[in-house]
Amino acid sequence: MTSPVAPPSANLAEMEEALLSVDRVKAGRIVKETCTPGSPFVCLETLVVPALEEVGRRWEAGDVALSQVYMSGRICEEIVDAMLPPGDPQRIGQPKMAIAVLEDHHTLGKRIVVSVLRAGGYEISDYGHGVMAEDLVKLVAKDNIRILLISTLMLPAALRAKQAIAEIKKAQPQTKVIVGGAPFNFDSTLWHEVGADAMGHTASDTLALVKEMAGGDGQ
Amino acid sequence: MTDIMTPFERTMTAIGQKEPDRVPLFLLTTMHGAKELNLSIREYYSRAENVIRGQTILQKKYDSDCYYPFFYASAEVEAWGGDVIYITDGPPNAGRPIIRSPQDIVSIDVPEVASCESLKKITDCIRGLAAQSAGKIPVVGVVMSPFSVPVMQMGFEPYLDLMYTQKDLFWELMKKNQQFCIDWANAQLEAGAHAICYFDPVSSPTSVPPELYRKTGMVVAKETIARIKGPTATHLASGRALAIIDDLATTGTAIVGTSALENIGEVKQACNKRLTVLGNLNGIEMRRWTPEIAEARVRETIARAGKGGGFILSDNHGEIPWQVPDRVLMAISSAVKKYGTYPLAE
Repeated sequence: MTSPVAPPSANLAEMEEALLSVDRVKAGRIVKETCTPGSPFVCLETLVVPALEEVGRRWEAGDVALSQVYMSGRICEEIVDAMLPPGDPQRIGQPKMAIAVLEDHHTLGKRIVVSVLRAGGYEISDYGHGVMAEDLVKLVAKDNIRILLISTLMLPAALRAKQAIAEIKKAQPQTKVIVGGAPFNFDSTLWHEVGADAMGHTASDTLALVKEMAGGDGQ
Repeated sequence: MTDIMTPFERTMTAIGQKEPDRVPLFLLTTMHGAKELNLSIREYYSRAENVIRGQTILQKKYDSDCYYPFFYASAEVEAWGGDVIYITDGPPNAGRPIIRSPQDIVSIDVPEVASCESLKKITDCIRGLAAQSAGKIPVVGVVMSPFSVPVMQMGFEPYLDLMYTQKDLFWELMKKNQQFCIDWANAQLEAGAHAICYFDPVSSPTSVPPELYRKTGMVVAKETIARIKGPTATHLASGRALAIIDDLATTGTAIVGTSALENIGEVKQACNKRLTVLGNLNGIEMRRWTPEIAEARVRETIARAGKGGGFILSDNHGEIPWQVPDRVLMAISSAVKKYGTYPLAE
């Protein structure tokens, strides 16, 4: 992969603004004007991902709302899917990844993370919501998942991740687990307590963790 | 030193922006009543009598300044025809959404409050607690705001999509939810609740940007609260409040429940006596606090927001997690007396 060339910072700021104001048309136009056809990864690395990272940083600081993070992810996912359709051989080669909402049925966090990872060029299996710990352990083993993302909203589900992670680590010590969701945001030590390898404060934070864990495999 | 007040007097004085005898404590324990009665959470919520007994024990034990006859948020979804999923160590969750496509909004009927079994248990509980209170202990009823309940009715992502892209259907849902919310709040007030906690996390800047809130959740809150025949407290259930304090103050609410993510002193300053501040002990961290940490957190929170009244100490979410141990709750209760007696130490 060639070194990405950064777009003018004005375009990045404009892209961020378009995402926060949920302006699909404007975001699409900025991508069209900024990115070179045939170089989707340059576009991802220099425009789409940095814009999402900034949205994530501002969410963490309390400056933007969850609805804006969600809609930003959706818009970028649509743009990237158009440039780089699912299953395209140009998509990032990577360790097998999956995401699940453990036990409960609050799927917004998972949806945001999936959108941001897909907008970053990654493929991820979606195990859905209301997944019980024992079923998650089986799925991870069956699919030989190397990076597992666990999303929770309710504290009991977050605590139950401990059992699932312990069993996953026992069977597949090489599998890395990233947790995220409200209980982890409200208790900064909880991710460690449940035995996760890392915690994603935001979806773009999770994208950075995935990149690091994937170690640039296959790009 | 002020004479000892009843919890009702203490609370009303604080809401009147004056200093009562001590900082009021709303220790919002719900499921802990099941522990006290040695029942499962499901059994506990199966009968109003259990919750009356549970709340009575909890209020006495922790010297809390209110009765909190809140069962679980998904009781409202049950009223709309949805399912509830019980777990052994947390609040029952809403099951499969009742609105599976935005078009369902057109045909969904607003439930009649009086004919909903899940709600009748709650009004029976309020009636029992109100009789017991004899006007000395506030009984706080709960409604989910029309703007926030769609998260349970249809799921958060479809709801955000609706809000951004299908405004007509969004407002149709708001009208239906408002009718239910007003009827449900007034039924609780008629049963004897002294005030209604209006849970509205989606209105928080954590969930939607203030400019969108001003066109949606705030409009809904103003219209709804105006038709609730009693005082209301708006709780953002762990969501931030600071950026919309001026807006909240125009909705007719008397109290705002704030997040542990914000400095409660700053929130109180922004309220500027227009609203009373409720909060903001971190309920998630509370699970692993020692009594010493609990005492320190109470002391710090009171120091930030206690002076001059207009403050009620509570958790930041409106429900203490099942996992929070008794020793921590006892430490919070003791610390309020130690550090929250007026006049506060400088």
